[in-house]
Amino acid sequence: MYQLVAKENLAPNFSILKIEAPEVARKVQPGQFAIIRTDEKGERIPLTITDWDINEGTVTVIFLDVGRTTHKLTQLQAGDSLINFVGPLGMPTEINNFGRVVCAGGCYGIGSILPEVRALKEKGNEVIAIIEARHKSLLYWQNRLEQFSDRVIVTTGDGSYGYKGWAPDQIKEMLEGGVKLDRVFAHGCTFMMMLCSEATKPFGVKTIVSLNPIMVDGTGMCGACRVSINGETKFACVDGPNFDGHEVDWDLLMHRQHSYLDEEKESL
Amino acid sequence: MAEKKKINLSRVPMLKQKAEVRKGNFYQVALGYTEEQAMEEAHRCLQCKKPLCKAGCPVGVDIPEFIKALQDTDMPEAVKILKRKNSLPGICGRVCPQETQCELKCVLAKKEAPIAIGRLERYVADWEQTHLESIEKQNKRVEAKGKKVAIVGSGPAGLTCAAVLIQRGFNVTILEALHTAGGVLIYGIPEFRLPKEIVQNEIDYVKSLGVEIQLDHVIGKIATVDELLENNYDAVFLAPGAGAPMFLNIPGENLSNVYSANEFLTRINLMKAYLFPEYDTPISIGRKVAVIGGGNVAMDASRCALRLGAEEVYIIYRRSKLEMPARAEERENAEEEGIIFKYLTNPTRFFGDEQGKVTTMECIEMKLGEPDDSGRRRPITKPGTEFSIDVDVVIIALGNKPNPIIPSSTKGLELTRRGTIKTDELTGRTSKDRVWCGGDMATGAATVISAMGAGKRAANDIDTFFQK
Ligand SMILES: Cc1cc2nc3c(=O)[nH]c(=O)nc-3n(C[C@H](O)[C@H](O)[C@H](O)COP(=O)(O)OP(=O)(O)OC[C@H]3O[C@@H](n4cnc5c(N)ncnc54)[C@H](O)[C@@H]3O)c2cc1C
Ligand SMILES: Cc1cc2nc3c(=O)[nH]c(=O)nc-3n(C[C@H](O)[C@H](O)[C@H](O)COP(=O)(O)OP(=O)(O)OC[C@H]3O[C@@H](n4cnc5c(N)ncnc54)[C@H](O)[C@@H]3O)c2cc1C
Ligand code: SF4
Ligand code: SF4
Ligand code: FES
Repeated sequence: MYQLVAKENLAPNFSILKIEAPEVARKVQPGQFAIIRTDEKGERIPLTITDWDINEGTVTVIFLDVGRTTHKLTQLQAGDSLINFVGPLGMPTEINNFGRVVCAGGCYGIGSILPEVRALKEKGNEVIAIIEARHKSLLYWQNRLEQFSDRVIVTTGDGSYGYKGWAPDQIKEMLEGGVKLDRVFAHGCTFMMMLCSEATKPFGVKTIVSLNPIMVDGTGMCGACRVSINGETKFACVDGPNFDGHEVDWDLLMHRQHSYLDEEKESL
Repeated sequence: MAEKKKINLSRVPMLKQKAEVRKGNFYQVALGYTEEQAMEEAHRCLQCKKPLCKAGCPVGVDIPEFIKALQDTDMPEAVKILKRKNSLPGICGRVCPQETQCELKCVLAKKEAPIAIGRLERYVADWEQTHLESIEKQNKRVEAKGKKVAIVGSGPAGLTCAAVLIQRGFNVTILEALHTAGGVLIYGIPEFRLPKEIVQNEIDYVKSLGVEIQLDHVIGKIATVDELLENNYDAVFLAPGAGAPMFLNIPGENLSNVYSANEFLTRINLMKAYLFPEYDTPISIGRKVAVIGGGNVAMDASRCALRLGAEEVYIIYRRSKLEMPARAEERENAEEEGIIFKYLTNPTRFFGDEQGKVTTMECIEMKLGEPDDSGRRRPITKPGTEFSIDVDVVIIALGNKPNPIIPSSTKGLELTRRGTIKTDELTGRTSKDRVWCGGDMATGAATVISAMGAGKRAANDIDTFFQK
């Protein structure tokens, strides 16, 4: 059993959980994820590890309430436990001194991009964080990101706060305006990561995305997480989840993510 | 001199659930012998002076001896003899490919009536489960050695190695990636061939000996093998199996509802997707299911699909019935249940609908050419024979290769060309100091009994190593 040390609501439908998992806290690196299960009948779902504290022996995840399991998670309180917590899984993101980098986050990615932001900054990069949300009420962690980056640009789809528009629009504007970017990182929904990759492609700026296909074991045993990268099949849980966004077959990823749409509706 | 006993060539059949009934449930297909049946079969054994059967068993079970005990109706003795060599008889009796091992070598095999060694083994093991109390505890308390061994993986290789080592006084911890112990016995082989309760009993037994099992531990991630050796353990036994599924690498293979057999079986066996929505993990079944491959894994996947309500289930195999690697018994069971076998057929591509779900499979006819390295005749395509089958679900069951997580995260571990860990067959030693390996990770996908044998040999060698 893995105890929840803290649980908080960040924004409507977004929660943050701090979980006791000292061994994982000691090993995790930016870009890695965990697989959790709430109870004996529960599904195994992957969540990015957004923060950790070796001294406290805790790790943090942020999630959006989208379906059965995330709904169960939303109901939990500090003091409750998860039946399973496996991590750290996947390959860490490559962190180097690239120069000037953009870290774009939308949805749960506003939180899950934090480890990259922090590590890239520590490596001496100029780090620009760009976060997006439909409405200002769905934003969170602007302050935290400001703490670890050179600049945070906020965008909202409806213009209720910051720039009107989305993170990919900002990236595009920067590149078209002649700002030189050495690398872009994107976390969030599949559509947003795809648009970020499309924005950078004409400028040849390498863009690393954190893919989120359906997973079961997370150890390379089942192949549920197959993605197509540059025409080659990869397992996102062991070869990824970070890939070059210019090489991802996005249509395939989106189709596979919706494999169980009918069943999921039935279960709710 | 006593009159020579007449040889009885009628093998006692084992009762099975009727095909029409069993294809609608997950209960065991083969129901096991009754006491009378077991006795009758045991009495057929000739008690050969030079028992050939024994040489056919990878762990050298004392076959005539345990059958003798059965003949004498001394059940505790039969259990004891069996467990001397085989710590998981209830599992092996059910899933060993006896027809190519012990039973193949039995003298009566020439007359096509080998002793049903597997069924007798199962009978004895099942008897033990219901009479645990009447057996004196075999495990004497041994002096603690003060040595700690980490075992990576809780399949048959890991469980066996753990059981031997703890009884020799080692401190043993099993580290398992999944949330349930048992390896393929739990997530792969379905309930109707191997009830999970039997596997769970064996795991509980290993735990009762004092072995600690830490679930949710992916070695290579939460700790590397080197870290295990540096921080906590004197030796490591690697038994992570060969769990990475192979695919065909043909167009359309990543469409939705194209599964690996591992995923399909894991969703069913481990995640209980057949109880969705009571359990949270979904699975797609559809009306028409095609399973690609001809091994035990393909049989299991096809029969699970049938039990989950598929109307038509095909097995698509590129060679002929003769080359099929699945156990004959399982193939026959599948045939009886109504699985449709398409031999000498190979898929060439898959097509899907606008939602990316598979709808059609294009296949081509094959013929057999000259024998290849494996000694089986090589399948070659017959150009111009392409045809299509409508499908809702496709399950790729081509077998598994070694998972790269441990090999790629461990320093100084020599690998073979096939990606398995280079291992001395007799001792289980690898190229790395204080690291042993066994089971599918050392041999490539093999059998439960060979994995167990490897676990035992490694345990013996670890014991010897620390006596120095
Ligand atoms: C490596 C990785 C990291 C992720 N990190 C985060 C994170 O930090 N925060 C977060 O909120 N979400 C994250 N996700 C997505 C998250 O796993 C899914 O939202 C979650 O599994 C949905 O489960 P559910 O039972 O609540 O919803 P369901 O009812 O099962 O599904 C709702 C929708 O979520 C998608 N989905 C279903 N199962 C999965 C699955 N196993 N993996 C991915 N998508 C799925 C489907 O498209 C479905 O339409 C990550 C996914 C991956 C692969
Ligand atoms: C569907 C199916 C049907 C089969 N039917 C038969 C049959 O009828 N008869 C027969 O004899 N054989 C059969 N086999 C083969 C047999 O199951 C295997 O040969 C045997 O289980 C191998 O045992 P093992 O201990 O080496 O590994 P496994 O049983 O594969 O167990 C390995 C364990 O290690 C864990 N693991 C992997 N990597 C790590 C890691 N990095 N850290 C921690 N843990 C890890 C895995 O999660 C798993 O639990 C079948 C196999 C399958 C898939
Ligand atoms: S362990 Fe398997 S091969 Fe050996 S005697 Fe038993 S059934 Fe036969
Ligand atoms: S070879 Fe056959 S008949 Fe002879 S001892 Fe073995 S099982 Fe009995
Ligand atoms: S989740 Fe099973 S192989 Fe990636």
